[in-house]
Amino acid sequence: MMLRLPRRGLAQILALIAILLIDRLVSPQFFDLRLQDGRLFGSLIDVLNRGAPVALLSLGMVLVIATRGIDLSVGAVMAISGAIAASLADAYPWPVAVAAALGAGLVCGLWNGILVAVLGIQPIVATLILMVAGRGVAQLITAGRIVTFTSPDLVWFGTGAVLGIPTPVVIVACMLLITGVVVRGSALGLLIEATGGNARASELSGVGTHLMIVAVYMWCSLCAALAGIIAAADIMGADANNAGLWLELDAILAVVIGGTSLFGGRFSLVLAVCGALIIQAMNTGILLSGYPPEFNLVVKAAVVLIVLLVQSPALANITTAVRRARA
Amino acid sequence: MNRLLSPVMITALVFVLGFAICAAQFPNFASTRVVANLLTDNAFLGVVATGMTFVIISGGIDLSVGSVIAFATVFIALTTERLGLPPLAAFAILLLLCAGFGAAMGAVIHFFDMPPFIVTLAGMFVVRGTSFLMSTESTPINAPLYSAVSDFGLALPGGGRLSAIALIMLCVVVAGSILLHFTRFGTSVYALGGNRAASALMGVPIGAMTVRIYMLSSVLAGLAGIVFSFYTAAGYSLAAVGVELDTIAAVVIGGTLLSGGQGSVIGTFIGVLIQGLIQTYINFDGTLSSWWTKIATGILLFAFIALQQSMVRLASRSRPRNAVAVGGGGVHPSVVSQGGVSP
Repeated sequence: MMLRLPRRGLAQILALIAILLIDRLVSPQFFDLRLQDGRLFGSLIDVLNRGAPVALLSLGMVLVIATRGIDLSVGAVMAISGAIAASLADAYPWPVAVAAALGAGLVCGLWNGILVAVLGIQPIVATLILMVAGRGVAQLITAGRIVTFTSPDLVWFGTGAVLGIPTPVVIVACMLLITGVVVRGSALGLLIEATGGNARASELSGVGTHLMIVAVYMWCSLCAALAGIIAAADIMGADANNAGLWLELDAILAVVIGGTSLFGGRFSLVLAVCGALIIQAMNTGILLSGYPPEFNLVVKAAVVLIVLLVQSPALANITTAVRRARA
Repeated sequence: MNRLLSPVMITALVFVLGFAICAAQFPNFASTRVVANLLTDNAFLGVVATGMTFVIISGGIDLSVGSVIAFATVFIALTTERLGLPPLAAFAILLLLCAGFGAAMGAVIHFFDMPPFIVTLAGMFVVRGTSFLMSTESTPINAPLYSAVSDFGLALPGGGRLSAIALIMLCVVVAGSILLHFTRFGTSVYALGGNRAASALMGVPIGAMTVRIYMLSSVLAGLAGIVFSFYTAAGYSLAAVGVELDTIAAVVIGGTLLSGGQGSVIGTFIGVLIQGLIQTYINFDGTLSSWWTKIATGILLFAFIALQQSMVRLASRSRPRNAVAVGGGGVHPSVVSQGGVSP
């Protein structure tokens, strides 16, 4: 395991470095950093900052995917939590608004988890329900309008800074640390991987699989709710129609680029976040290059396909066959 | 056959009930005019959902259909308006392109053993991106064929007008039903979704079938794009965003199991009509906001999935004890008993 890890992450880290170098070629000031009003600015910081919501989503998504699940509802959960935070922000102190938004996220996760673990519904269908209905609920909360707020405390979540580093980046780092400590510091990570590998075998060997699956979906929705607060704080308002729209797909891509198989099992938190940064570095690079942003999707699809083909079992079989033939 | 039909019967019952409620509330609702509009407004959805039914019964999923519809409208608009191609030639080239695209997706899924979800997701990005690159503006289509098609209509008693695109949709549904239920291809689709390994051992050509199924889905998505371009008379690369979800919802509401192996085209057709009915009800009511469509669709989805789940449970319960363990799909029997389905 210790020996495998570096080799496993090498491709993703090299890909990220390569994309950053290409960005540097496209825009010579790419690596420049400057301090202004107590906050760091620069393209690199921008990649981290803009990538924060997808990084948060992928942090939760990677655990769900490791249990052989998938959560399509994270974008809708972002919209719901953003709508709640924005509606409460000016009338109540910020802890109330944030707690209510995160609480709503946990409820959404509980719903998904119960559908998957207790009712035994396929994850893709179970979370499709909330994906469809959740955006409607968010619009219900905002009454179809774009709710704006001015509370500086809540705005800090989107545009503030801690020791010069933008708040969203700090939040992602903290969440990565917390998730990492909880999951890898205990046997929990191993149990999650066991559930994804073979749910029935794990259940029979004493792993409380359904409780764990519920917990994982709740954690995923909590991350999504946090991302929703950041997205709302960033634009000082909640747009129930567009907040988090299609970000679930970016998050799933980030996880897959990070080397976690959609068939569950072994996962890596750091590489999932790395995948989110790869996606964002590509987006930023295309913007800086002056090419029309329409190229974005095509480039993204090409990168995804290449990463997937490299990881695909069929190709792995071919390479091992070649290696065996050589030996 | 009986077990296969029962989910469809429930879907049909829900549609009839829903229609009766609407008709009781709004006196003008029960007219051929409303029914004909229901068919016209959801024609493209019906066409694309027919293709999706095949994919889902075979145990796959196709997320690319919405972007294929958008690509089709842009392609038709640009080739007929800018290049001056006759519309029928444009349709033929388009459907060939779609067939190639679907075959490519199916081949990647089969030969690289990758999950359909991710492959068709990448396909969605490629196609949507390509349509963005072709044009980001909405291009009107002025070909004479288009006005001829929109003028066409079979008059129904009671003032309704069955439009050409509604007829296309009905034809696709009938043809799809025949293909699914009365041909070797259809049987193989069911076999693939029921048990992949078993059907391979019994001689179903898995690879060729996977390629053909995704080809069918993409071609029908292309046809849905043609229907959509008749409907809007324009090509727009941002058209039909999120249609893949409406389509999957319609298929599920129509009684097709997302795990594959069970379902029918006619059920999907009724599923499309139910979604259209919700939309029409909200239009008639006038005070309900558009987001209630999403919430109502979500609730319906949940109701149907819960229903299917309990039916699958009951079916597996009547089998011998050791079959339950397999039928539970990796869920411990204790979970099943907590599921709230009392015997």
